[in-house]
Amino acid sequence: MTSPLLLAQGLRKRLGERLLWHGISIDLRARERLALVGPAGCGKTLLLRQLAWLDPPDGGQVLLRGQPPQAWTLPRYRAQVAYLAQRPPVFAGTVAQNLAEPWTYRCHQGRSPQPERLLAWLAQLGRDPTFLGQAAGLLSGGETQLLALLRLLQLDPVVLLLDEPSASLDGATTLKLEALLMQWLRGGERALILTSHDHDQVERCCNRRLELGP
Amino acid sequence: MSGAGALPISDGSLALSALLILLNLAISSLLRLGLGRPLLLASTRMVVQLLLVGGVLEWLFRQQNPLTILGLGLVMACIAALSAVQRTRRRFAGIYWNSLVSVLAASSLVTGAALLGIIRPQPWFAAQYLIPLLGMVLGNTLNGISLGLDRLMESLLAHRDQVELRLCLGASRWEACRELVAEGIRVGMIPTINSMMVMGLVSLPGMMTGQILQGGAPTAAVRYQIVILFMIAAATALGLVSVVLLAYLHLTSLDHQLRLERLREVP
Repeated sequence: MTSPLLLAQGLRKRLGERLLWHGISIDLRARERLALVGPAGCGKTLLLRQLAWLDPPDGGQVLLRGQPPQAWTLPRYRAQVAYLAQRPPVFAGTVAQNLAEPWTYRCHQGRSPQPERLLAWLAQLGRDPTFLGQAAGLLSGGETQLLALLRLLQLDPVVLLLDEPSASLDGATTLKLEALLMQWLRGGERALILTSHDHDQVERCCNRRLELGP
Repeated sequence: MSGAGALPISDGSLALSALLILLNLAISSLLRLGLGRPLLLASTRMVVQLLLVGGVLEWLFRQQNPLTILGLGLVMACIAALSAVQRTRRRFAGIYWNSLVSVLAASSLVTGAALLGIIRPQPWFAAQYLIPLLGMVLGNTLNGISLGLDRLMESLLAHRDQVELRLCLGASRWEACRELVAEGIRVGMIPTINSMMVMGLVSLPGMMTGQILQGGAPTAAVRYQIVILFMIAAATALGLVSVVLLAYLHLTSLDHQLRLERLREVP
């Protein structure tokens, strides 16, 4: 019997008069991979944002290891329940500066980056260390997505919330990224939730699905 | 401020000066700027407001009751706070209160300190000193506040993704917004800093000109001007920091979220 890592109960979202989704309950345990599926505009992104507590809820609650986000304090909660936007922006400067930025935040004080692990991940994704010196603003869409994933992954989150993580990647890199995600998942008590338009990706990566109705 | 006094301007001469506005009207109609109506309205308002204020000030300078004088100062501060908000492109609930609190705190602290500690008129609330000094402080603080507030709201909207990215990486709301808050304060201070840079070289400020026309010694007038510019810089900085921080608190939440849905565009 494992207890849930992330537990959501009775979540609802209103958009103006319309109830986008309601009665959403998620019980996510270690090693689980949940796919959010549904037609465009059904609120998949908003649900991921809700789980990351980026928006005020219209109802319901979310618990990480039995504690609400406020009990963790929001910065520490979000560092563990890590949301990756579909088109993540980059900070000014190089890839390395982008990777260094989060370590200046108070909630990561007392921890330190692990450069060797980062280089190993880069190699797995088919990128050599010169990638670190590139200007982040000049990366292609796919490389920006890789940077954004590594920027999150290096912080050792517990639950990853991925919004179309490989939308801009070619087939080969997509498979490498999935392999990295699965390896990360085996590294501890971790789980992930993702949205994807790629049915094959959902089949390959996920063991559960949550249908968001129209 | 002693001296022979400036030459009086008769009603006829005053009317003559109004002819100068014809120049603007001619340019407007030649180039079809469509400024004729607003120009007329603005000049009429300027004339009526100033003639009225001349009368009010004559009455005011005879007042001995501090409550009357401070009450008028309060009204001036309220008008400044309202107009500071009027020039921003977006609003949120509470923006007027934010502006009022910031303007009042900054202008009363700085004007009070200057009256009690530097200029020391007898009594300290003498309208002849308090009202013009407060007026100049308010006029400049209001520009700074407008600019800073507007910049903060616009840049939060423009950089919303960046701010939320920081939040997602574990930043607190302050860590996520700090740069934009600083940027708002910096932008709001620019006019004050610029005007101090060229003071005396490009611009001879109105109050100094007035004192000199009155026959006052330019060296004395310059000293007043220095005090006033320091007052303006201090009040603008205080008011700006206060209004920008209050706006930042309104547009984020205790749950470290961006709450930009609270912003409404001015129609």
